[in-house]
Amino acid sequence: MNTNPVLQVNHLTRYYDIKQGMFQPDKILRAVNGVSFSLVAGKTLAVVGESGCGKSTLGRVLTLIEPPTDGSFKIDGHECDFEDTKLVRRQRRSIQMIFQDPYGSLNPRKKIGDILEEPLVINTDMSAHERQTAAYDMMDKVGLRREHYSRYPHMFSGGQRQRIAIARSLMLRPKIIIADEPVSALDVSIQAQVLNLLMDLQDEFGLAYLFISHDLSVVRHIADDIMVMYLGRPVEQGESQVIFAKPLHPYTRILLASTPRVNPDERGDPIILSGELPSPIDPPPGCAFHRRCPFMQERCKSDIPEPRQVQNRVVACHFAGEV
Amino acid sequence: MSGLSTTTQNPKAPHPLAEFWGYFSANRGAMLGLGLLIILLIVMLGAGFLAPHLPAEQYRDALRMPPVWIDGGSWRFILGTDDIGRDILSRIMHGAQVSMSVGGMVVLLAIVLGITLGLIAGFSPGIVDTTLMRIMDILLALPGLLMALVIVAILGPSLSNAAIAIVIVQLPHFVRLTRASVINERTKDYVTASIVSGARRPRLMVITVLPNCLAPLIVQGTLSVSNAILDLAALGFLGLGAQPPTPEWGTMLANALQFIQSDWWIVTFPGLAILITVVAFNLLGDGLRDALDPKLKR
Repeated sequence: MNTNPVLQVNHLTRYYDIKQGMFQPDKILRAVNGVSFSLVAGKTLAVVGESGCGKSTLGRVLTLIEPPTDGSFKIDGHECDFEDTKLVRRQRRSIQMIFQDPYGSLNPRKKIGDILEEPLVINTDMSAHERQTAAYDMMDKVGLRREHYSRYPHMFSGGQRQRIAIARSLMLRPKIIIADEPVSALDVSIQAQVLNLLMDLQDEFGLAYLFISHDLSVVRHIADDIMVMYLGRPVEQGESQVIFAKPLHPYTRILLASTPRVNPDERGDPIILSGELPSPIDPPPGCAFHRRCPFMQERCKSDIPEPRQVQNRVVACHFAGEV
Repeated sequence: MSGLSTTTQNPKAPHPLAEFWGYFSANRGAMLGLGLLIILLIVMLGAGFLAPHLPAEQYRDALRMPPVWIDGGSWRFILGTDDIGRDILSRIMHGAQVSMSVGGMVVLLAIVLGITLGLIAGFSPGIVDTTLMRIMDILLALPGLLMALVIVAILGPSLSNAAIAIVIVQLPHFVRLTRASVINERTKDYVTASIVSGARRPRLMVITVLPNCLAPLIVQGTLSVSNAILDLAALGFLGLGAQPPTPEWGTMLANALQFIQSDWWIVTFPGLAILITVVAFNLLGDGLRDALDPKLKR
């Protein structure tokens, strides 16, 4: 299989200026703070973390909605340059997005056909008939019937809406799909259907998924690689099986231990995480996790741990593999 | 049994227009407003055929003749005549053309300008938005009729100048309303989805966002027609709107004011015409708001 990465991200950061009023200096919110990874066609990278850890901001930067503050990324081998609007326009065709809320992501005043054809109207010069054929094809692939073509979004259930959103994201035949919690707004019974659809489409089109989620049972089901984020930084990244088998970063361990299990024998010792996610405006010195970490040592308070290779994965912890 | 299964297998949701009509027609007040409005439109369009006399024709033999049901009245002048012998019914019917068409045009112009400025303000936060909205705040801070008076005083009294003045008075309402809806819609996921699909600013404004902002604008537009007609009548009453002998309702009121003690019908019927039109538009606007606002839906 082709192992050239379709998406390569180097030390990406995205800061926001927070206005504090006229006479106080602006504060900086570090939403994404040094993220690096690469994504290969046909593979899924799951980005996992609590609310507010920068998952969604990462998605917004990678879909070229917002420029990064620093760092760079390559889509299909081409460097992204936000100054070059023509290049951005061309690159958008290879990176598309699926949103969390299928009720908000479809324009309520447009028919399904118009929603599906909009990317083609903007980016191609196909005739109306060709566009309709393309829309029908895609509707077949995601399991929608042809009579849905001229209906409005409010006539559909959440699962069907998400199918429409998936169909729209595939209309331009992108190489990469950013899926921002695509199933978390759906019923559990529908989640599996949509996940299976996503996996079938991945096989058919050779798509690379960046799957943003906080649901670890979903991630275990779909992901090849995992990146655990905490306060804008990746704390542990590597192959899904490796990390699920033996998480090394304390945060990952707590996260995995908190997944509900049906079988009582599989339940490990619950480690209750105390405190809350610190504010990314005012991050703690040293390791961002040290105030909540059960294995905290003196060094964690002052030194920021650099990501390093430990046991087939990259971990950002001073004591990874020791505790 | 088979009938039951076919209905459950084809859950055909009604077309949005049919659904809208369902809510709208259930509202009695709105239907009354619509009915009145249709009658007014027929009168307005057919004034040339329906009116028994020409609006400016003076019958010297029938000065200040009372309506038909009062002693001294005749079927020749059903609602009586004014101080120089013109048929009041005919003048009201022809006046409907002036009031309704000018009122409609004024609101249409205010809506088009208001949507344009509101979209620009809503999509360009920062200096453009602030400048535009502060100008609109200044316009809003002045009492509407007073400002219209000043504008007409500057431009000179005529029907078209009165219309321009009313457009300027009504504009800030539409700009504010559009901007508020645009800002509310702009951050929604479907707009982001259009951006990811490659949509540029003009497409986002007109095709993606605007259709979702229209409901409150339609309601405000309908309610504004009645305001425009009232303002137009007020300017006419003050002698700054339509000039005689144009049969405009406000001007008719103004000219007949001196007879309010002796010959009440000269003042009453143009006033009633204004009242009925305003009520009709208000009922229609309320009905539209109820039918278009999804929060009020059962």
